Amino acid sequence: MKNPDRKKFLDIMLGVGTTAWLASMLYPISRFLIPPNIPEANVTSLEIGQVTEFPYNSSKIIRFGRKPVIVIRTKNGDFKALSATCTHLDCTVQLKKETEQIWCACHNGIYNLEGNNISGPPPKPLTPFNVRIANDKVIISNEDMS
Amino acid sequence: MKIYDWLNQRVDLDSITKFAKKKQVPVFYGTVWYYLGGVSLFLFIIQVFTGILLILYYQPGSTTAFESVKFIVSQVNFGWLVREIHSWSANLFILFIFLHMFTVYFAKAYRKPREVTWYTGFILLLVAMFFGFSGYLLPWNELAFFATKVGSDIAGAIPFVGDFLLKLLRSGDDVTGATLTRFYGIHVAVLPAVFTIILGIHLILVQVQGMSVPPSQESLPPEKRKYMPFFPNFALRDLLVWLIVLNVIALLAVFFPWEIGQKADPLLPAPAGIRPEWYFMFMFQTLKLIPAHIWFIEGELFGIMMFTLGGLIWFFVPFFDKKAGLGIKSPFWKWVGVIIILYIIGMTIWGYAV
Repeated sequence: MKNPDRKKFLDIMLGVGTTAWLASMLYPISRFLIPPNIPEANVTSLEIGQVTEFPYNSSKIIRFGRKPVIVIRTKNGDFKALSATCTHLDCTVQLKKETEQIWCACHNGIYNLEGNNISGPPPKPLTPFNVRIANDKVIISNEDMS
Repeated sequence: MKIYDWLNQRVDLDSITKFAKKKQVPVFYGTVWYYLGGVSLFLFIIQVFTGILLILYYQPGSTTAFESVKFIVSQVNFGWLVREIHSWSANLFILFIFLHMFTVYFAKAYRKPREVTWYTGFILLLVAMFFGFSGYLLPWNELAFFATKVGSDIAGAIPFVGDFLLKLLRSGDDVTGATLTRFYGIHVAVLPAVFTIILGIHLILVQVQGMSVPPSQESLPPEKRKYMPFFPNFALRDLLVWLIVLNVIALLAVFFPWEIGQKADPLLPAPAGIRPEWYFMFMFQTLKLIPAHIWFIEGELFGIMMFTLGGLIWFFVPFFDKKAGLGIKSPFWKWVGVIIILYIIGMTIWGYAV
């Protein structure tokens, strides 16, 4: 070989050039594939209706920002509000009236009314929300959850 | 014949016909297995044709998808037939790929020199399952909505790349109309292109290397091995089988139609009795049985890791089972196959029984 250094240099330049070219193609494509983050409407509290609209031992799923929240009125008349998204694989949960538990139909996950995972595959409890009653109206919020 | 001569002078058709005439199919107790790959191919062709027809009326989007599918099956002339054939053929497509794969596995056709045919075949199965997963969402009904949530959430649990994959699949954090548009694009553009290319390689390899026979046949003296010409003997038999399959699909489409179900509503809970397509059932049932935590790992992640590991071993079986390529018996891998089949069938039945 006449000039091995020259060949090596050209090989390196070719490799670096190809890599740079690939990166300059792949970077914009990979960024394009993920949609832009549209800022969520910052919902902190929401009025969801009159107390009388919630019979005892019943539930309703409402939209809180972009997430579903399950609002439960227990047999005693207390209100509970929890994230309605199962912590296992993202299905939407429902109230099981007979056992007074929260149930996810997808993989048979069960939570108690406090949102604690008590059986089945869910790994974490459901996130609780504040519920307060003002002028006979039910208001849920995610502030001061200490 | 004039056209043939004209073309032959230019593109050498003779070499192709010579090759076709030379192609032979081994005749033995397992000759019937050779139809399974062909049937899978035929079902793919049906999918392409009926899929193109459905595209003419289908409208992706959370406010139009369900309505357009309803329109297809209730208003469009023979729309119901086209959609039913597409749905039935999709299910049989997966079934026949599975059957094809297992017969190939037990005949040890993956052994040297056909490893690459096995690899491409396995990738085709994965692409076909992704076809099923993405197509399942398109009618935008309740079952599909939650199946997609679960499926994409599983992808999201993969360490490091999970978050990227989840957003990539869902086009955001949640399953919405944007997810539907994305799945539609994947289903009708990305996957057909990928599938066609890999299928091309798969088929070329089968032609170039010829049909594999099990080791027990290969060890027979040449005078004891029987063959039939591919053309026209086997090709006509192939056609007959395809015709039967087409008739079976027509019967299924008419007498056992697939329901459209309820339109997806993000504010409704997952309905009781929700389950995925049958070919995901064994994985679904396994995920149901795994507890929330195994040691320090979340059950979900543990399940994914096990299935990934199993899939990788299955994919690389030609690499592990080197004995088969050397003509030595390897019963261990036969039993692995038997256990996997029993596991899949057992879990599937269990999943439907509960």
